[in-house]
Amino acid sequence: MIAVVDYKAGNLTSVVKTLNFLGAKTLVTQNPEVVRSASKVVLPGVGHFQATQLLSDLGLTEAVRESVAGGGWFLGICVGLQWLFEGSTEAPGVAGLGEFAGVCERFPARFEGAALKAPHVGWNSLEGVRDSRLLRGVEDGGFVYYTHSWRAPVVGSTVAVTEYGGAFTAVVERENVMGVQFHPEKSSAVGLQVLRNFVEL
Amino acid sequence: MLAKRVIACLDVRDGRVVKGVQFVDIVDAGDPAELAHRHAAAGADEIVLLDITATHEGRGTLLDTVNRTAAGLFVPFTVGGGIRSAEDAAAVFEAGADKVSINSAAISRPELIGEIGGSFGAQAVIVAIDARRATGAARHGVEDAEVYVSGGRKATGLRVLDWAREAEAHGAGEILLTSMDTDGMRSGFDCELTAMVSSAVQIPVIASGGAGTAGHFVDVFREGRADAALAASIFHFGVTDSRELKRELQRAGVSVRLPC
Repeated sequence: MIAVVDYKAGNLTSVVKTLNFLGAKTLVTQNPEVVRSASKVVLPGVGHFQATQLLSDLGLTEAVRESVAGGGWFLGICVGLQWLFEGSTEAPGVAGLGEFAGVCERFPARFEGAALKAPHVGWNSLEGVRDSRLLRGVEDGGFVYYTHSWRAPVVGSTVAVTEYGGAFTAVVERENVMGVQFHPEKSSAVGLQVLRNFVEL
Repeated sequence: MLAKRVIACLDVRDGRVVKGVQFVDIVDAGDPAELAHRHAAAGADEIVLLDITATHEGRGTLLDTVNRTAAGLFVPFTVGGGIRSAEDAAAVFEAGADKVSINSAAISRPELIGEIGGSFGAQAVIVAIDARRATGAARHGVEDAEVYVSGGRKATGLRVLDWAREAEAHGAGEILLTSMDTDGMRSGFDCELTAMVSSAVQIPVIASGGAGTAGHFVDVFREGRADAALAASIFHFGVTDSRELKRELQRAGVSVRLPC
């Protein structure tokens, strides 16, 4: 069973429908006990980093920390990936889980002398794809769908980057802790492959 | 590299896809769910469903249509038409939409943009702008293009450029810019209008109205500086599909999502 954490950030429907389509049993929850007992946890989320404050308020941050310490599989999507880092300049007072070093920052207004639009919306390619559980069967250059204005830095556990105003972490994975900045539930065949890899762990 | 998006649009009335020429002349083009899935399989980067049903009874039909269309659709799915409140938007999201497109209601009350964005994220709110240039003897430059509402029947007195900037300031995630002058004509997008808006805002601009050939898409991505381009009739009747269109765009040097 996959616990899908509901922290009132954006729309859960697409993520849940896609996991179900892939044959996974899901439970949408705000209950820390459910998170602790689930073998897999998905933290979706589009929207503002501030929304992750609710995770601490509800005791879900501690539940996730215990779950991953005990070997539970974790997948953060979009803001869910950003939350795995130390924090975000979008909400400086809100701490992330701190599994990965660094702080998420907004795209620069200009890059290499040209104006850079934000949010970064649309299909962009995965580059530098490394051997990982989440990206099994995913090729370098595969396109995935993004919509975000803040991005996570590239770290040692980054297993794929995307270029937009420089490289940012597209996929991060260290043992049982994983995150994707793009929306796999909206990323056609490549996205389904990533979610299937997680479901089949 | 960020790809230019090719978006397939379904104009829906009473649960059926229809397509107008310059907002009138309706032709039946099929079942929305079936067409959406066909477009996605044929390589469309996104699906937009615009409901042009005016009746209250039609709203229930719409939610059912959205639900059926969203099932098993793994590309972004936008729904517009008749969304007048944050509650209307929530119902459409609940039925499976990823983004909503709002038009008249945002002009009546621009705060609606932020209200929907507050709950579902700014990326989920597209502000649709129907634009028309002045015609005849009083024809002015593109900067005087005016915003129309009510399916293009009512002029608002707002300049397109001003409203686009205001919509952005209220938290719109993207702008869907339709040229009423070129809509359904298959004679090319209004590149001048698109470039004007795209250069004036930070958020992505989706060009709409006038797609007829692959060359038109090349033009609107280059000269028009569009981030995405939307078409309806050229896809519905099998004139071309997105994958073939994108191959042509790639040959012309436009970055697109291929393979798809």
